[in-house]
Amino acid sequence: MDLLTLLWLVPIIGVALVLLAPRMVARVVSLMVTGATLVIGVLVWQQFNTGESVMQLVKKASWIEQFDIEYHVGVDGLSIALVILTGIIAVIGVIASWNIGAETKREGTEKAYFAMYLLLVAGMFGFFVAQDLILFYVFFELTLLPMYFLIGVWGGPRREYAAIKFFLYTLFGSVFMLVAILALYFQSGPDGARTFSIPALTQLDLPVGIVNWLWFGFFLGFAIKVPIFPFHTWLPDAHVEAPTPISVILAGVLLKMGTYGLIRMNVQVLGSASEKWWTFLAVLAVVNIVYGSFCAMAQKDLKKLVAYSSVGHMGFVLLGIAARTPEGLNGAIFQMVSHGLLSAMLFLVVGVIYNRAHHRYIVYPDDPELLRRYHIDVSKAGKLGFGGLATTMPVYTGIMTVAFFGSLGLPGMSGFIGEVLALMGAWRVYPVLTIISAVGILLGAAYFLWTIQRMFLGAENEDWKGLPDVNGRELLTLVPLGVLVILLGVLPWIATNLSAETVSNLQVVQETIKSLAKL
Amino acid sequence: MNMLGNIDSLSYYVGDTLLLALALLVVIIDLMGRGRAHGVTGAAALLSIAAVIGVIWVGPVVDERLFYGMVRADSLARAFKLIIGVCAFATLLVSLQTSEVSDRLRGEFFALILFATYGMFLMVSASNLLAAYLGIEMASISSYILAGFLARRTRSSEAAFKYVIYGSVASGVMLFGISLVFGMAGTVDIAVLADRLAMAPPMGVTMALVLMFAGFGYKIASVPFHMWSPDVYEGSPLPVTAFLSVASKAAGFGLVIRFFRDGMGTAAVMATVDWPLFLAVVSAVTMTVGNLAAFGQTNVKRLLAYSSIAHGGYLLMGVVAMGGSLRAESLSGVLFYFLAYLFMNLGAFYVVLHLASPSRLGSEDISAYRGLIRRSPLLAILMSVFLFSLIGLPPFAGFWGKLYLFKSVVDGSLTAGGINGHSFLWLVVLGLLNSAISLYYYFSVVRAMLLEEGDETSRVAVNPVFAVLLIALMLPTVLLGFVTDRSVVDGQLAGSSTPTTVAKTASP
Repeated sequence: MDLLTLLWLVPIIGVALVLLAPRMVARVVSLMVTGATLVIGVLVWQQFNTGESVMQLVKKASWIEQFDIEYHVGVDGLSIALVILTGIIAVIGVIASWNIGAETKREGTEKAYFAMYLLLVAGMFGFFVAQDLILFYVFFELTLLPMYFLIGVWGGPRREYAAIKFFLYTLFGSVFMLVAILALYFQSGPDGARTFSIPALTQLDLPVGIVNWLWFGFFLGFAIKVPIFPFHTWLPDAHVEAPTPISVILAGVLLKMGTYGLIRMNVQVLGSASEKWWTFLAVLAVVNIVYGSFCAMAQKDLKKLVAYSSVGHMGFVLLGIAARTPEGLNGAIFQMVSHGLLSAMLFLVVGVIYNRAHHRYIVYPDDPELLRRYHIDVSKAGKLGFGGLATTMPVYTGIMTVAFFGSLGLPGMSGFIGEVLALMGAWRVYPVLTIISAVGILLGAAYFLWTIQRMFLGAENEDWKGLPDVNGRELLTLVPLGVLVILLGVLPWIATNLSAETVSNLQVVQETIKSLAKL
Repeated sequence: MNMLGNIDSLSYYVGDTLLLALALLVVIIDLMGRGRAHGVTGAAALLSIAAVIGVIWVGPVVDERLFYGMVRADSLARAFKLIIGVCAFATLLVSLQTSEVSDRLRGEFFALILFATYGMFLMVSASNLLAAYLGIEMASISSYILAGFLARRTRSSEAAFKYVIYGSVASGVMLFGISLVFGMAGTVDIAVLADRLAMAPPMGVTMALVLMFAGFGYKIASVPFHMWSPDVYEGSPLPVTAFLSVASKAAGFGLVIRFFRDGMGTAAVMATVDWPLFLAVVSAVTMTVGNLAAFGQTNVKRLLAYSSIAHGGYLLMGVVAMGGSLRAESLSGVLFYFLAYLFMNLGAFYVVLHLASPSRLGSEDISAYRGLIRRSPLLAILMSVFLFSLIGLPPFAGFWGKLYLFKSVVDGSLTAGGINGHSFLWLVVLGLLNSAISLYYYFSVVRAMLLEEGDETSRVAVNPVFAVLLIALMLPTVLLGFVTDRSVVDGQLAGSSTPTTVAKTASP
């Protein structure tokens, strides 16, 4: 059995194992299964040759011959980093879910939870390694069902609304993607020689009129997943209602499915789309950065703030993609990994405080309805939710600082590298938009620092004086992420080396370099 | 293809003849048992239909015209007969278990299902509009009685009454259409219709087509001839509802495909009457109306009734694609979808049926399904799987069915010349959008079962026969898409003897 097949097959087998295992063993099984996938991911990394730009570790078999559908998996520089990221986040998610039954007040549902969790993991791995468009689509959709249940069953008070909204939005987008897939298939050759294979489709030379339509179809599908403004409204709802580990997965990996899809399909296969589409994407990227950051600044709920900060940070990924320069695309991939680690960390940080205080308001809302939902006294409306946590929970504050400063782009941590690379790449193509985006970094610093000031500094809040500091299990989830964030910040080539060769050999990248050289 | 006389034809008509003979035998057994031997009658009926399916399955795949061209024995007829046969088998099995039908009347019930099945067989194999009409009437009249079988229940009587009125008007209008066709073409033989109609006045052909479509549309429950179906589905005994929603629809589609593909499929006729466009509009309206009406339904049975109207709309897309040059691909898409639909729709209806019995939930309301996952995990999960498949979520069978249907329309539209000169990409987008919004109402059931807490917490007992039947329906719903060699499924079902795979160039 080849490694890439094992990546998605092991979690599927894990689903069966979890269902067969006794209730309290389910989490141990899940930890072993995700641990195994991480090991497989590392093995893939070891066997991966960074000097080659083509698809590696390819496994190909005919599947549904009559319709030219193949089983086809492989990794290249565009996906390898995300495969490893998925492996890391999946393990951390399991550790964060260790007491999920008690934390969500749904004891007795652990087996179902971990079964859904592993199914989600299988879908994510499968999506990143699939090289046949139907397989790609199946895995893309396969993540929806478990996610619906993970939010809908184990989520917060408005979980049902958030879950169906997430599902409908994504499904709506994938409608256009499926039409584009079928149309692309039809364009791939004469009758009898058509294919769904992504590497083969990359070689096509289609008229730009058709490419533009297909580009837009795929764009709609992925834009909702990323999410790109104005399709982002499902994200804050989903995050606010999702339990902590699911937020970790959602921000850490699931959003990257959208940007990875954009790189794989819109850049690699349909890179010859006309210039106006790329400008359109760049403008949306800037909107994401600026609008996401402003929204984050206005939030009273810490988790919502982190959710909107995701919208902003994914904007840098989009900007790098839209630029189509080597720095831009490498930066985009780097930023995906960096944001995967940082947002996972941020949501875990939110989870730590929520599990202790059972609320996560930076400032208590004025809406009495919301206050009642979290059992908060009405007299507190508009007052600070916390304060002086640095005294109460010093270790927690330290870790939080790493996550916040990493996210706001402090040099020496991974967020800085990702954003700078993306901005550098975009500078040569869209100078004006790049300047506006740089302002986004400033906004990011503003809301994160303001949050630190309001929650962690100042006088201690009498209500939360006795909160215990982070425990061992929480440290186990947070510390590895923090270490990786700093490691990638100091030695960014660990990640950029993986993607560099493939990126520089992309047809569209070479064309961009050529056209820039002419200027 | 040969034109065979009466005696020669019989050897190709074994399955149908056997069905008719055994149906009569079931009546005799029932009469001799004076209504008390319903167990024997049921077993006899079940064995009969199993034997008929077996005979059709192992029989040679031919392409012959039987009884002087009245009936056609070909792969299309064979495939639809198998689907209808399996559905009849499941219906009989369920009818043996259900308490809805009183024991005294059970024998008649079984016999009527067999007679209806025979009518449907005739519909899908008819090669002459008169034979088709006979088939429709035979299937319909048996179905009228089946729908009104619970004479004491007002809703059942109402269902039968509506069904009769709609059915007779529709078949009357259709007959008028057939007479117009006969007037213009001088024949009602579908095989030669295309040549004759090419010279007929376009207005007259259009008129005849619209009138005839009243009959077809009523059978496949397409808008605007769909109004009967929610009421009939709701009022009929549940095994009958499931039977009508799958078998009756399959029979209608068999006839529709035969009529449009063989009877009006030439370029000359399509230049006179643009039926692909006509069907595309009907398909678009049908799926949209079906889906929108399903929103806000609080009764699961009614919800499924509207959903099956929408599925009729999706299926019509495959018939639309038959107006193009890729007929084999379109037919294979329709057949695969029907196969998936057979399993998932029967499954969903049978779960509803099982839960509706007074000893279980005693209700078909969505609110009664709340918290079902704690009361009967098996039924809740099975129902969810059937609903996921009906939505068309991968990797369930319904997804692959939709994929092939939509693919045939995309391929047809993009081929040079399109489908009769049209591009129906808009229909594909609309179909996909419809599947996406259908998620919402299907998930209202899933949500009630899996996400919400119910007032009742007592366990719901599951009848073992039902459990086995439902799992038998669930397995293909999950696995059908993974049958790697699709030509095997299609080939077995449609009996195509020619290999469908084409030479492929190796992709880099």
